[in-house]
Amino acid sequence: MYSVKVYVTYKESVLDPQGQAVNEAISRLGFSGVSDVRVGKYFVMNIKATELEINQKVDNICDKLLANPNMERYRYELEELGEQV
Amino acid sequence: MKFAVIVFPGSNCDDDLFYAIRDGLHEQVAFVSYTETSLDGFDGVLLPGGFSYGDYLRSGAIASLSPIMNEVRRFADEGKLVFGTCNGFQMLTEMNLLPGALIRNKKIKFICKPVSLKIVNNQTSFTTDYKDQTLIELPIAHGEGSYYCDDKTLVKLKKNKQIVFRYEDNPNGSIDDIAGIVNERGNVLGMMPHPERAIETLLGSTDGLDLFKSMLTTHTEGVR
Repeated sequence: MYSVKVYVTYKESVLDPQGQAVNEAISRLGFSGVSDVRVGKYFVMNIKATELEINQKVDNICDKLLANPNMERYRYELEELGEQV
Repeated sequence: MKFAVIVFPGSNCDDDLFYAIRDGLHEQVAFVSYTETSLDGFDGVLLPGGFSYGDYLRSGAIASLSPIMNEVRRFADEGKLVFGTCNGFQMLTEMNLLPGALIRNKKIKFICKPVSLKIVNNQTSFTTDYKDQTLIELPIAHGEGSYYCDDKTLVKLKKNKQIVFRYEDNPNGSIDDIAGIVNERGNVLGMMPHPERAIETLLGSTDGLDLFKSMLTTHTEGVR
């Protein structure tokens, strides 16, 4: 069993108007020096798989659903949980 | 000609499409639930606008995995006509039946207003009844309608004449003013504007009706 954390963000080439709006709001709060805010998605899940399968399984889930490869990229972190039920 | 209007949880333009076909085009039309698995007996598929699955994850992403969508893919692969407007367009890109993606409008706001569009290609199965390069007016209503694709895809879209509609005054930041595209084969069209909401003078414009008439013409005379 693995605890999987997936981070999805727009590709660099894709304009992120939501990130820009958040960036402007941060500036309005009085924080200076903040730039290039990007808003993304964060998924947490548990996946039963062997060490050999886990990467391929997560990649497949991301490619087919969690991210749209036309506009987004993803990365993930794995944490082995041991044999929990 | 018999049309299927696919109904998803959260669709809200399904009735408009049904009405456009029954009362505008005077052809046969039926609702088909997203849980169905067959499109037997249908000649054209219409994917409606709305907010399927509340736009969770990405607009159209979860709807594109509905049971009926395998059949829609098969239907499209057979060369039959598939049309998606607004959320329907988003589903078609999510299924990779059309290239690119629809992302949040440049100015974040949801935009609901009539817009001016140019017919960029009237040689498609969906636009034969329009004159080439004419301007038409159709309503838009979307928050995530900014068309995006990478440079390579854009070059291909232009080369294959897959861009069908362009905005005259780009409302949402779409690349190259793109409002609607067809697939390479020409039997799948996706567009953000709503032709089904512009089929009689009472609705403010009749410019959308020729799109459905073109589908009928294509069906009667053969796919181009």
